Amino acid sequence: MSVPVLEMRGISKAFFGTQVLKDVNLTVERGQIHCLVGENGAGKSTLMNILFGMPVITNTGGYEGDLFINGEKKSFDSPRAAIEAGIGMVHQEFMLLPGFTVTENIKLNRELTKANPFSAIFGEKLETLNRAQMAKDARTALDRLGMTIDEWAPVAGLPVGYLQFVEIAREIDKENLQLLVLDEPTAVLTESEAEQFLEVIKRLAQSGISILFITHRLDEVMAVADRITILKDGELVSTGPKEEYTISQIAELMVGRKVDTASRRTRTRQPSDEVVLQIRGLRVNMPGETLRGIDLDVRKGEILGLGGLAGHGKVGLANGIMGLYPSQGQVLYEGRELPLNNTQAALKAGLAFVSEDRRGVGLVLEDTIANNIVLTSMQSQDRFLKPGFLKLKDEKKILEHAREFIDKFDIRCTGPDQIVRRLSGGNQQKVCLARAFTQQPKLLFVSEPTRGIDVGAKSRVLELIVELNEMGVTVVFTSSELAELRSIADRIAIVYEGRLAGFLPPDAPDVAFGLLMAGKSLEEVAAR
Amino acid sequence: MKERLTAIYHTIGLPRLIIAGFLLLLLIIASGTELSVAGLLSDALVRIGQNGIYVLAMVPSIQAGVGLNFGLPVGVICGIVGALVAMEFNLIGFTGLLTALLLAIPLAVGAGFLYALLLNRVAGQEMMVGTYVGFSVVAGMCIFWLLAPFRNPAMIWPVGGVGLRTTLTLADTFGGTLNDFLQFEIFGLTVPTGLLLFYALIVTLVWLFFKTKAGVALEVVGRNPRFAAASGLSLTKYRTLGIIMSTVLAAIGYVTYAQSFGFVQLYNGPLMTAFPAVAGVLIGGASTREAKVSHAILGVILFQTLLTVAMPVTNQLIEGNISEIARVIVSNGMILYALTRATGGEQA
Repeated sequence: MSVPVLEMRGISKAFFGTQVLKDVNLTVERGQIHCLVGENGAGKSTLMNILFGMPVITNTGGYEGDLFINGEKKSFDSPRAAIEAGIGMVHQEFMLLPGFTVTENIKLNRELTKANPFSAIFGEKLETLNRAQMAKDARTALDRLGMTIDEWAPVAGLPVGYLQFVEIAREIDKENLQLLVLDEPTAVLTESEAEQFLEVIKRLAQSGISILFITHRLDEVMAVADRITILKDGELVSTGPKEEYTISQIAELMVGRKVDTASRRTRTRQPSDEVVLQIRGLRVNMPGETLRGIDLDVRKGEILGLGGLAGHGKVGLANGIMGLYPSQGQVLYEGRELPLNNTQAALKAGLAFVSEDRRGVGLVLEDTIANNIVLTSMQSQDRFLKPGFLKLKDEKKILEHAREFIDKFDIRCTGPDQIVRRLSGGNQQKVCLARAFTQQPKLLFVSEPTRGIDVGAKSRVLELIVELNEMGVTVVFTSSELAELRSIADRIAIVYEGRLAGFLPPDAPDVAFGLLMAGKSLEEVAAR
Repeated sequence: MKERLTAIYHTIGLPRLIIAGFLLLLLIIASGTELSVAGLLSDALVRIGQNGIYVLAMVPSIQAGVGLNFGLPVGVICGIVGALVAMEFNLIGFTGLLTALLLAIPLAVGAGFLYALLLNRVAGQEMMVGTYVGFSVVAGMCIFWLLAPFRNPAMIWPVGGVGLRTTLTLADTFGGTLNDFLQFEIFGLTVPTGLLLFYALIVTLVWLFFKTKAGVALEVVGRNPRFAAASGLSLTKYRTLGIIMSTVLAAIGYVTYAQSFGFVQLYNGPLMTAFPAVAGVLIGGASTREAKVSHAILGVILFQTLLTVAMPVTNQLIEGNISEIARVIVSNGMILYALTRATGGEQA
């Protein structure tokens, strides 16, 4: 049996006490296409960062476990070392210089040069570029990928799909390339481009290059993989040859969690069937979370969960309706049309928003807890002001109000005058929620409220959302953590590629959620 | 007791304690020479009142997120025009002063609005653009001073009779009106009561503004524009308000300054007005992102006292005009120091 190109054994990694990888093993044989699948946050990126010796790993105390390349034990302390060992990577974001030609990009920092009189004196930095040879190499690499584009075309202006190929061409041009890591390469490609792409991958594998392919699209996995590894919550849940799996099984293994049904909160109130928020054809231009026309009805008094993988647009919904990103479409709130791109109107109508970007949008970090809690209400509802023409702020009332919420929400702080920056993530989130409560909203959007906060604060935050809901507030709860959605939502809508994939009840099987998130329709889900 | 001392130390900050200590040292040295300490302090009081409003003008622009208002001359020019009109009609005393103010303020609102239109288009570059706007406005107005239709013979060039002179005296109109109002002497120290009262009035108005809904909104826009947008606040509106306030304060500041100084200086006179004001607010503990009214007060007191005391004292000790060089080093050094660090406020 041949020695595997890559073997990772017992890899564990913790960031500041949070375990993100637990004892993961991964083996890639020569010429194999190995697919790595898992939800966001399953640890795929961390694993790749370890493989690549990224500074983010070395700066946080390294990792446990062993890494073998061709049976030789290695530990990379920089991406450069990884590249020298024959590992190439194509990132999700393109790393190309738009003003340079295809050839120049492919050969960047590995230019072929000829000696000249100046370089003889001043050293090799001044050698002349060997453009002819560079172009020839680039052509060879492009041909291997079946690309017909001109090697002298500037990169700026090439279709997005082509950029991906140029990146791969750059990697395969490296003579010692043995393992190519592709991180969600098809996310930006159209369907036909993606097909072509998969063809190229297969061809590369046949030529002896091993490929580690990270993707969310399970169809692609089934189309190209030789072997599949599934990660979940930093643990390896399953690995084996493709033939052992079906799409449903992969989906189930990816999202499956022992949902403790007992932890589901008992509800005293029943949501009505009355539609309070009607969304038709909403398009939101939020970079990285674009919504491409979504239709959705929110019922009065419910907690609607909004799920889906990162980058598919679930976060765009609240941001669009609240007017933070340019949007189009029709939104009816309580039967009346809600003007879009108008934050003030949304706030006045009784909508409130707890942003997924807590530190960037949710808080004024340099301001006090008290001010953060009341600011939005003061500005949009004229509350916490002294009577009179000057509209002076009522400090006493503000402090009283803040103290009440610090007590009620259990915000750990030195007092209402403390600067919010000094609080922990969980307590900052409670301040955000306190601000939303203070607005006395009729409908609340909460996005990713538990991201980056500790377990104790997490459950308190979820409790608070339920409490608010019990008071009659309709809640649209967006989260990347399915378990969370299932623990408090009445219904869960899954967003896929900017559109609604379908609704599921919180007690639907794991496989249904997994398939919807991977782009299958509800009918297909039901058929399985 | 110790805790309270540390608390006080943290609010005032090390740089200001050092400056205050240095000031004290200078005063002790001065008492050993033939200089009159009371005289030095009297000068300092006048200069504090004279420059206080300029320094205060930095607060609204910093709080609105526009940064230090290096375009202070935009407002100063409006103040000059107000003062010139009052002189043209020979308005004396408070009539002259109030006329100058009443003309200067609406002009400054207009000029500030236009200035804001520009600054809102160059978000992130406001301080750099502002500096050059200030320089350009001063240069452009040089032409205006030559062509302006003023006819008062005390103001125009005596020979030829076209264009305004470079330096006009206010002695016959409203020079010293505020300084002399309720002025009194105590232990040889002359207190310009009217000037200080007027400064206190403006300070109170600005302080009060930051307690209002609009003032709070302006601060939120400056501290976190994205939060402000999510709270339904218009960034453009409040940035514009901050810039207009700063410009209006500059105009008021000029009229106050001119009546105390006793002269109106035209042409390149207002070119560098922004720099001592910027240095003042920074010495007071402000940063390019956070400034309180208290920073402006503390800053003008420290900076102007330092200048008035340091100059004569160093002249006594060292031959030659070293003190002017020291002044330039201190004020520009302070600006440089503040611009190189982004944090401020409580970390300062």
